[in-house]
Amino acid sequence: MLSDGSGDWQPTAALDILKLRARILERIRAFFFERGVLEVETPILSSAATTDPALASLSTRYTGPLFPHGQTLYLHTSPEFPMKRLLAAGAGSIYQICKVFRDGESGRLHNPEFTMLEWYRVGFDHHRLMDETGELVMQLLASSLSLQAPEKLTYREAFIRHASLDPHRATAEEFARAARDHHIDVPRRLRGHDDLAAWRDLLLTHLVEPGLGQGRLTFIHDYPAAQASLARVQPGDPPLAARFELYLNGVELANGFHELADANEQRTRFERQLHARTVAGLSAVPMDAHLLAALTHGMPDCAGVALGIDRLVMLAAGARSIAEVIPFPIDRA
Amino acid sequence: MATYSTNEFKAGLKVMLDGDPASIVENEFVKPGKGQAFNRVRIRNLKTGRTIERTFKSGETIEAADVVDMEMQYLYNDGQFWHFMNPESYEQLAADKNAVGDNAKWMKEQDVCIITLWNGVPLVVEPPNTVTLKIVETDPGLRGDTSGGGGKPATLETGAVVRVPLFIQNGETIKVNTRTGEYISRA
Repeated sequence: MLSDGSGDWQPTAALDILKLRARILERIRAFFFERGVLEVETPILSSAATTDPALASLSTRYTGPLFPHGQTLYLHTSPEFPMKRLLAAGAGSIYQICKVFRDGESGRLHNPEFTMLEWYRVGFDHHRLMDETGELVMQLLASSLSLQAPEKLTYREAFIRHASLDPHRATAEEFARAARDHHIDVPRRLRGHDDLAAWRDLLLTHLVEPGLGQGRLTFIHDYPAAQASLARVQPGDPPLAARFELYLNGVELANGFHELADANEQRTRFERQLHARTVAGLSAVPMDAHLLAALTHGMPDCAGVALGIDRLVMLAAGARSIAEVIPFPIDRA
Repeated sequence: MATYSTNEFKAGLKVMLDGDPASIVENEFVKPGKGQAFNRVRIRNLKTGRTIERTFKSGETIEAADVVDMEMQYLYNDGQFWHFMNPESYEQLAADKNAVGDNAKWMKEQDVCIITLWNGVPLVVEPPNTVTLKIVETDPGLRGDTSGGGGKPATLETGAVVRVPLFIQNGETIKVNTRTGEYISRA
């Protein structure tokens, strides 16, 4: 993409692709209308931020009535926390289509602001939600791609199939050997380190993901407890997170959870993540006290999932980069 | 020592890799939604010409290479070195066989080449994209053949051999694309 010259006012996406994008959004709304799932809107700006060390929030400042001396507000990285407050308030199953924001993320599959579809199903577990996600995505892609029936693999099965190693049991040395066997260069900052989550991510991104979702939707589920994020953890050996991800053509499309509803456990995870941020030299951010209060009040048993609309449109259009499906990526914003 | 962070990575950036100067060919940002970010980089060693893949954790830094590209005029070859002159400062430099490599066959005196200097020493010599050279040897072709199909080999004054159309004769000068080694037209 050219970044100089006078052509920068023009969209990077073809108008045909923008029309396809509009049709996809229309069909998503029809899908949820038929199923009685309510469309909601929640604030983009929040006094709290995600504590996840893997996500960097952008921030801005509001000054005026209510906050005469100014208030730092974080742009949401996903609408998860306020949507859970609505669930706790008795809204029932809900969905939202909105822009979300992530600092530090730009590339072929990333733009710092992107469009997310997020929905919550009261009474569903992650397996039922995987099934519904599969139905939605198959419907949306039906006119562009011919796909076989979706498959479900555990995180462990996916690693064994594509990296010949058990991600729950492998040591740092074994991850390093697998990387070497598959000619994957190991970043300097990882060599000799036993940051197992980083080792798993290295092999996941370089070796496992490219093989996922070939000709069909692939759901990966049962993540290591350390990567539970906001999912329930089922005790066992090893304990497994009730979390799933959806892949097509090696591209990560969606991430879902059987949602953690325990306020104490949620607080512990926030605190653990804030500690991890400090250790990693990342900025401290305020945790979401409203979410904790809502969980204390009680959130119904539910599963939720977030799906990247831009990547979905990419796959439907056969595009190689996100810039081909959004009119103005960050360098033309 | 100047350094670049992964956020500065882009095609063409000159960095030090394993002690050698290298140029980034392609940079891909990869990150699982809930995981760690990496930069997957294809990078060309400017000494060996080999391209390899390297992965960085996003936020890592890499040493910058003191590499600059300069336009210089080719003067002569003394049998061992190729000598060049900066047309503005008249400063002269000599490049060895490693720097010139296969491009020697396109080097014609007075042509302006791009010399890549590393710490002031010529690392790579690139001839102009298009050179105009005289044919010193080719078989007599058939008159009237203008189709350009088929063709025949022709040896140029610098020693390069290119395929030319049959109507091109000994002693003519032609334009050649040095990147593809293909005949373009009569000069």
